[in-house]
Amino acid sequence: MNDVIIYAVISLSLVGAAAAVVLYFIAQKFKVIEDPKIDEVEESLPAANCGGCGFPGCRGFAEALVKSANEKQSLDGFNCPVGGNDTMATAAGILGLVAEEKEPQIAVIRCSGSCENAPKKINYDGPATCAFAHSLSSGESGCPYGCLGCGDCVTACDFDAIYMDEETGLPIVKDNCVACGACVTACPRDIIELRNKGKKDRRIFVSCINQEKGGPAKKNCKVACIGCSKCFKVCPFDAITMNNNLAYIDYEKCKLCRKCVVECPTKAIHELNFPPRKEKKAPADKPAKPAPKPVAEKPAEKKEEPKAEKE
Amino acid sequence: MSVLKTFKIGGVHPPECKYSAGEAIKALELPKQVTIPIAQSLGAPSKAVVAKGDEVKVGQLIAKGEAFISSNIHSSVSGKVLKLDEVLDQSGYRRPCIIINVDGDEWDENIDRSTELKKDITATKEEIIKKIQEMGIVGLGGATFPSHVKLMVPDGKKAEVLVINGVECEPYLTADHRLMLEMADEMVIGIQILMKGLDVKRAIVGVENNKPDVIEHLNNRVKDYPGIEVCALKVQYPQGGEKQLIDAAIGRQVPSGKLPIEVGAVVNNVGTAFAVYEAVQKNKPLIDRVVTVTGKNLKETGNFMVRIGTSVNELIEKVGGLPEDTAKVVSGGPMMGKALNSTDVPVVKGTSGILTFEEGEAKRVETTNCIRCAKCITVCPMGLEPVLIAQYAGNELYENVEAERAMDCIECGSCSYTCPAGQPLLDYIRLGKYKVGEIIRNRSKK
Amino acid sequence: MNLLTVSGSPHVHGGNSTKKIMFGVIYAMIPALLVSVYFFGLGAIKVTLVAVLACVFFEWVIQKYLIKGPSTIHDGSAIVSGILLAFNVPSNLPIWIIIIGALVTIGVAKMSFGGVGKNPFNPALVGRVFLLLSFPVQMTSWPKPAVLFSGLADAVTGPTALGHLKEEIGRGRTVTDVMENGTKMIVDGQEVLYEIPQYMDLFLGNMGGSLGEMSAIALVLGGIYMLFRKIISWHIPVTYIGSVVVFTGILWAIDPEAYVNPAFHLITGGLMLGAIFMATDMVSSPMSNKGQLIFGLGCGVLTVIIRVWGAYPEGVSFAILIMNAFVPLINNGLKPKRFGEVVKNG
Repeated sequence: MNDVIIYAVISLSLVGAAAAVVLYFIAQKFKVIEDPKIDEVEESLPAANCGGCGFPGCRGFAEALVKSANEKQSLDGFNCPVGGNDTMATAAGILGLVAEEKEPQIAVIRCSGSCENAPKKINYDGPATCAFAHSLSSGESGCPYGCLGCGDCVTACDFDAIYMDEETGLPIVKDNCVACGACVTACPRDIIELRNKGKKDRRIFVSCINQEKGGPAKKNCKVACIGCSKCFKVCPFDAITMNNNLAYIDYEKCKLCRKCVVECPTKAIHELNFPPRKEKKAPADKPAKPAPKPVAEKPAEKKEEPKAEKE
Repeated sequence: MSVLKTFKIGGVHPPECKYSAGEAIKALELPKQVTIPIAQSLGAPSKAVVAKGDEVKVGQLIAKGEAFISSNIHSSVSGKVLKLDEVLDQSGYRRPCIIINVDGDEWDENIDRSTELKKDITATKEEIIKKIQEMGIVGLGGATFPSHVKLMVPDGKKAEVLVINGVECEPYLTADHRLMLEMADEMVIGIQILMKGLDVKRAIVGVENNKPDVIEHLNNRVKDYPGIEVCALKVQYPQGGEKQLIDAAIGRQVPSGKLPIEVGAVVNNVGTAFAVYEAVQKNKPLIDRVVTVTGKNLKETGNFMVRIGTSVNELIEKVGGLPEDTAKVVSGGPMMGKALNSTDVPVVKGTSGILTFEEGEAKRVETTNCIRCAKCITVCPMGLEPVLIAQYAGNELYENVEAERAMDCIECGSCSYTCPAGQPLLDYIRLGKYKVGEIIRNRSKK
Repeated sequence: MNLLTVSGSPHVHGGNSTKKIMFGVIYAMIPALLVSVYFFGLGAIKVTLVAVLACVFFEWVIQKYLIKGPSTIHDGSAIVSGILLAFNVPSNLPIWIIIIGALVTIGVAKMSFGGVGKNPFNPALVGRVFLLLSFPVQMTSWPKPAVLFSGLADAVTGPTALGHLKEEIGRGRTVTDVMENGTKMIVDGQEVLYEIPQYMDLFLGNMGGSLGEMSAIALVLGGIYMLFRKIISWHIPVTYIGSVVVFTGILWAIDPEAYVNPAFHLITGGLMLGAIFMATDMVSSPMSNKGQLIFGLGCGVLTVIIRVWGAYPEGVSFAILIMNAFVPLINNGLKPKRFGEVVKNG
């Protein structure tokens, strides 16, 4: 009996020793020499591996940062949207450089074609992916630019920062959006745009990307941008451009004066997180003014609800 | 009786439902207005050559195909161009169209409108190809590939046999069936013209043996014409697929990613052969086509000679209007057709039929878990693994989609048709193909 | 006027469904079930009923409370698993053991992977093997068949023909000796002469064994029905049975006294049940025809190896489970013949 135990111990030890020697030589042969800074930088990143920086995962980003630091002595053009300026400053500190400050951004849904605003004209029957619905037809509302409501953006989001509103059939971006851009890529119609978060989270944007002429656009959706150029004319800062019957607000130039919001005849321009407007203008404008607010504030309110439920 | 030929891999047998097979082709009366999309064939869209307010005659060129793969478009009516605008067409999107208000029926004077059969083919090979291009002839089977391109055999290749597609394997549709019965002489001359254009001595007309009347009729007609034979085929879907038909008729398989000319074959539809006859012998551009209007819930069904650009609404009105319980209108056959967003869309060169479904039929079956029964693999006529491609596409693994040869898929729908779990396999495969196509294009750019 | 529905083609469906396939399998199992009821009486009915109800119940519970998805019990796959589990156990198995078997079958082998269509192994076989390893005594004391309601059923137990033969060969006796002279055994203190049943009895199912593996003829009938309904293809059963026949035939030709003839292998044990109902399970078998041929071959060879040289007299369940594990590999390696791959010009 004892013999068996001794034999077993000896033979296993020998096998183990032999394996250790082999492993040592293999490890030597395939040794990869890597800059230790890569590990350090990776450590400082959020480890979300979302790809929002444009590199495959945080490790890839760390490698690119170190490479750029070594070759060009600068980190210009690199940004980790998840970690924001703090993370970039830490990473730059490790590399002995200074990162440029970036305005934090957030994803914005540029469509308001809810079931009410853009009633269904056909039934879509098929897999619940926007990409396929997009290739099949112009969608249930008939608007070839509008949200298809199948939630490809929701699936794409790694941060649980976007969800579908059951009532409107449109996605809603929550405050914890880190602007990684996954939803922007996922949307087959380029409805989602990354825009600057703005002071106190206040944003103004055209919630429509329909490039059709006013008539057809309005036929499918009550709140479509009809390309009337009224906002373009009223904007004191030249922040609004008109292209293909569509207004676009440049978030860098916009000073959040809200003049365009009042002007828009279809209420296609949305304002977010602004305090209620003082009612002092001519009565004719009154109905136009309060109306955009509920539309704009609804998402803001709803943002909080699901969080409360989940926590 | 010998064993009937058919293709070797896969295939399904959907119920035929050819209700309108006995209805003779009737000419639909002139509409009040036509809407003619200017992109009606595969390839680059054509360029409009008329402007708002122009007077046009029947057969007048209104949009010119300038690229190599594109086709001319002619006015199907006479009247005044109302406007050039974007209008909802069969794609479900708004596309540029020419809208013409009909005024009388004045034809271009070069068109021979007599019904007399013109047998002698005087045109040379080059003239034939030029004429076909001029007259805007495209493949009328549904793919609308410009016909003149098919006749231009690339250098180093040689066409040996012309295969004429008279299979009409799609259920419900009978447009080709009626055409082969009623216009057999014209069609056979059209085949001869195509043979001359291709410089081949042999043509095979493939017809499935669920149309015995056609087979008998054609066999009588082709006696006088050397080189043309009629080949009866065993009924099996998708025999009308170009590659399947070549396999069935002459036993050659076109390699992956290659054109039929690789095995010395060129395939044309019977409708195309008829259009070629009219173009070359009668100088008539492609301005009308036979369209089957059918559906289980329709009062009557029929086959109509329709001017291109006529609204689908008018066709449906002709057979007694759209029933209340209609839940889906399909352009083309039930297996490969396109569901329409609206019935107010124009008939185009590729429209072979209008098919209505009532509520129960329109709804897809419930999707459940895949049980890996491999039925889709058994029926796939291209020998692919639809379930695998669909799963890869659903998970966005597009490299795998490409590696599984998704681009070979002919989108016949046999997989979705047969799936016991009711999975929308073809939908996902299409999605995968679309994405892979993008990837391939990006790759070739680099 | 309704809204028009827009969907991708095809716009028609062949009408086949998982439910139809599963109920097709159930119909195909009815002959074998009837035979077992004929020979084992109420015990067979009891075992089958308990197994089916337990399987359906567990599937419903797990689907509703753990997976929280729509109910899947209506598709009949749980019923199939239940009947197959019952077919794989002796008719006198205590009810609580059957229920444990059903829990393993449905809970472990099927639902833990995500339900119908997701299981890599045949659920009923997993359940069976679990019971065999956990309750070896109860699982291998087979009641002797007795004609329906004769009162004898459940009373006398004995080994299966296959197990008995293997044991006796292991004791150094020859095949002919065992087959012709029988064996004296002590059962409940009495000496009994155990004789291996005649081939005709084996063929019809008049022998000791698990519920469903009794009657080769009834199982073949079911198989033909499934072939006719195109629920299964011929590839797996034919290669499976064929390879068993060829392999045992070679052994038999070498030494007919040490190895029993192929016909005996064919109609005893669970070979028919395994080849027709278990190995052909769509979910856990390869997808391409080529792969199915390999799968059947592998099952056959493994079955014979286990039967002849292994520790267990019966190798069908282990063989199929082992080959189930190879299915992903087979699926990856063997692709169906693509169109245009072999260019035949002429």
